[in-house]
Amino acid sequence: MERSGNETDRRLDGNAAGGLLAEAFCVEMTTAVVVCAGCGAEAVVAELLRYGHEMGAILRCAGCDTAVVRIARTGDRLWLDLRGAVNLRVSAAP
Amino acid sequence: MGGFVSRGFRSRRRPDAETAERLPPGQYLTRDFPVLSAGPTPRTSLSTWDFSVVGALPEPRRWTWDEFQALPTETVTKDIHCVTKWSKFDTVWEGVSLDTLLAGVETDATHLVAFCDGGYTTNLPLAEVTGGRAWVAFTFDGAPLAPEHGGPARLLVPHLYFWKSAKWVRGLELVERDRPGFWETLGYHNHADPWREQRYQGD
Amino acid sequence: MVELETAVVGQPRRLPWLAATVAAKIPETPEATTVLFDVPGWPGHRPGQHVDVRLTAEDGYQAQRSYSIASPPEASQLALTVQRLGDGEVSPYLTDEVRPGDLIELRGPIGGYFTWTVADGGPLLLVAGGSGVAPLMAMVRHRAAAGGGPPATLLYSSRSWDEIIFRDELAGLVVADDGLAVVHTLTRSQPPGWTGYGRRVDAAMLGEVFGPPTAGAVAYACGPTPLVERAATDLLALGYAPDRIRTERFGPSGG
Repeated sequence: MERSGNETDRRLDGNAAGGLLAEAFCVEMTTAVVVCAGCGAEAVVAELLRYGHEMGAILRCAGCDTAVVRIARTGDRLWLDLRGAVNLRVSAAP
Repeated sequence: MGGFVSRGFRSRRRPDAETAERLPPGQYLTRDFPVLSAGPTPRTSLSTWDFSVVGALPEPRRWTWDEFQALPTETVTKDIHCVTKWSKFDTVWEGVSLDTLLAGVETDATHLVAFCDGGYTTNLPLAEVTGGRAWVAFTFDGAPLAPEHGGPARLLVPHLYFWKSAKWVRGLELVERDRPGFWETLGYHNHADPWREQRYQGD
Repeated sequence: MVELETAVVGQPRRLPWLAATVAAKIPETPEATTVLFDVPGWPGHRPGQHVDVRLTAEDGYQAQRSYSIASPPEASQLALTVQRLGDGEVSPYLTDEVRPGDLIELRGPIGGYFTWTVADGGPLLLVAGGSGVAPLMAMVRHRAAAGGGPPATLLYSSRSWDEIIFRDELAGLVVADDGLAVVHTLTRSQPPGWTGYGRRVDAAMLGEVFGPPTAGAVAYACGPTPLVERAATDLLALGYAPDRIRTERFGPSGG
């Protein structure tokens, strides 16, 4: 499907980045809530739109396309860029 | 990365000797043209499209689509190499050489940052994009460049990994200090020479 | 949730790669196959979660993909239902090449958002497109294994009768359980005498199948991006609350 030429078929969501996110964080991240630095919208990470597949995960705001979370694995290193997020909150409930 | 071998799982097709010679290390040959995008495909009308050279030069340069089309063009046939390991041979592009776009520019800049619709950026040393090594291409295989492959126009720097060939390019900012771009700030190599397998920072 | 508890007591939650042994293969449709795995050390999962699969070739080449888990937590083996992609490299390996006894690496479970158990209540509304049915099937199977639970309705879009994954099992579950309804729509071709839906999922279909929102209703949509976005938008328009609609855009990213 990545080669179908249909844009909406290539785009997945934050669920698909769960494995990569789990490498960087020690809590479940697909349920985390982020506030987009572009438009202020709040979203669950699972509902951000994912691009960039094989090079990394670019998770964009569904409303304004801001790259809220960028994460890539290069060999045995992980790179994380949260400049597109005002904040990110996770449940710390026991 | 570790991991044990799974019986019967094979890497993509093994090249013959002639192909192997043209393939940088770690690459495989594909006949497809895979699409890899860091964001949604922008739609810019040709009536509002322009291309500019800004930053460290006395006067910014700007061309409308029609003016750009009137510049001298070159048709080149190149092998291209994506950091995700596919290579494609003998791709045919028509575009304007960066030698033309930068001709006569007086600048102290050492690098440029290509900027694009959708916010993508990539950085290149000026010395790497002059002397017939980089173009702004607007046709592929004789047809207008498709939006998913970067149309109306993309940068073409075939001697470096293909993320340097920025899609939907709208201009070049000349900078006196190198400024890493979209993937270069997320762990990818700043220079990106496929023959030296410069995939990631530290390679 | 287990992973949060371990995080709170200060043990980092790492997702180790586990060695999974292929136990059996079940052909589902001409293009889809279920692979059953024995996974020593599997920590358990919630319906809707997925795993990462990693394959390594003799020369060191690696490929990694995500697959939803189709089996319920109650099952002893982990089921991945894989749609073969012609130009893919992992899916044809899993559908065609692997045989019982082979070892592959997987890690999981992954994802805490697109999950449902009977404790989450309902009614449960499910919208599936193609192989996107897999995580929803884990929910349906879990609901059956738990002995019922809230009423559940699955609206399932396939291209043709022969491409309906889990067709017979779903029919059997419906016969056995008044609380489960399954409605098919066949978008590309329909068998002779077909009286069901024969078009893509749309607002009218969602309204007819699910009716207006009722208290507690929770909706899960999984499939190709266009179908999922269509379903989410239309369910909102029908009055379902945004925080009761969960989506998973399901699609191969390179096979």
